[in-house]
Amino acid sequence: MTAAIEIRGADKRFGTVHALKSVDLTVEAGDFFALLGPNGAGKTTLINLLAGLSVADAGTLKVMGFDVGRDYQQARRNLGVVPQELVFDPFFTVRETLEIQSGYFGLKHNDDWIDDILDNLQLADKAHANMRTLSGGMKRRVLIAQALVHRPPVIVLDEPTAGVDVELRQSLWKFIQRLNREGHTILLTTHYLEEAESLCRRVAILKQGQVVALDTTQHLLQSRALGSLEDVFVAIMQDSELKVGA
Amino acid sequence: MRGFLTLFFKEVLRFWKVSLQTVLAPLISTLLYLLVFSHVMADHAEVYPGVSYAAFLVPGLAMMSMLQNAFANSSSSLVQSKVTGNLVFVLLTPLSHWEFYWAYVLAAVVRGVLVGSVVVLTVWFFFPIPGREPLWIVVFALLATILSGSLGVLAGIWAEKFDQMAAWQNFIVLPLTFLSGAFYSIHSLPPFWHTLSRFNPFFYVIDGFRYGFLGNSDVTPWQSLLIVGSACLALSWTTLALLRSGWRLRT
Repeated sequence: MTAAIEIRGADKRFGTVHALKSVDLTVEAGDFFALLGPNGAGKTTLINLLAGLSVADAGTLKVMGFDVGRDYQQARRNLGVVPQELVFDPFFTVRETLEIQSGYFGLKHNDDWIDDILDNLQLADKAHANMRTLSGGMKRRVLIAQALVHRPPVIVLDEPTAGVDVELRQSLWKFIQRLNREGHTILLTTHYLEEAESLCRRVAILKQGQVVALDTTQHLLQSRALGSLEDVFVAIMQDSELKVGA
Repeated sequence: MRGFLTLFFKEVLRFWKVSLQTVLAPLISTLLYLLVFSHVMADHAEVYPGVSYAAFLVPGLAMMSMLQNAFANSSSSLVQSKVTGNLVFVLLTPLSHWEFYWAYVLAAVVRGVLVGSVVVLTVWFFFPIPGREPLWIVVFALLATILSGSLGVLAGIWAEKFDQMAAWQNFIVLPLTFLSGAFYSIHSLPPFWHTLSRFNPFFYVIDGFRYGFLGNSDVTPWQSLLIVGSACLALSWTTLALLRSGWRLRT
């Protein structure tokens, strides 16, 4: 079975900063996967390489078997990315934004799915509001909607709940879990480790551009005999610091 | 194809939503230029025999407006999207570099031609001017806006801040459009400036466009067509190569 995401030897430098050091990672189709790590660990760089927003210095990255460089059009059709930054186009309404994003992917009659997304992200009553007039949380929901508009089999959420209220977080996760049950692969980065623990079947932890842990959530918790993923995360960070020090 | 059409329509819709700024404002400034210059220069010798200065000026001013607006459309859209970060929505899609390039350039063509048409039609009520060679008018209107729209895409890719874009506007586009024979025939210039104007592709654009209206020009329209066509090809090739490489767009 083709892996949803396959990364082999991904390496990336920005000037003197070695952002990713030969990263290997596989996310199976249908998985709910957490990519964790402290700020500057390389999570967003890895996502940008997958999305084609950055180009790897070495290594190969595939989405549903399609190389992100050589078969970029197929790879991007299979990928939906929710960027970390709260960005929007101030010229358009919510609905126009989604119709435009849909059109970029060659979709013409996508109104039913757009309505479904608007309902599930509690945006239906804001469909005709200009993006400028929305609150931060609302803009975040539109970002998520834009990533889902072409029904990608692989969905990458880069800190999707930053600055989002509790009610929306709950409804968002309910919707994302539904998509996962329907077969979509989810790759999530978050600093809310309790979210990752309750939602994700597998976890990778990045530190200074390297994968320092990769396992099922359950096995990570059992092997460390610690109460929560947050405790495991702290312990792994400390271990890797000792290794670097040695 | 649908992805390309969507980006094209989005770019047209973007300027249309602020048409007071993107269509009406250039019309007003062009009419003011025409009012002032045609009044001040009315008693001067005719540039071409039997052609009033106002009739000489109208095609030049209309083309200057088209060049500036085509450039502004692609360049400002790109730099705004880069600065605000929303260009990511285009970069995440399967659009090819060809689709990206032509969507921005053709939207610039639409704005440039729209502004030029509005200027010419409005002015026609005050200064009816002939349209002796309509085909040349259309050819040079399209080539000019493609050239300027491409330059705008190039500037938009390069610029990362608004002041960098202002530098393109003020130090490249404005001098090229003002020193292009929009207000005068280059035969009236001193030898140095005359020679320099011959290296300005915007001169050939304006000269060929004017030929379409008046049937008079400083060089033959075929020579202008050759030079402007070559400039369009060179600029398109360069911009497409840069887009393909991801220069300044994909880190």
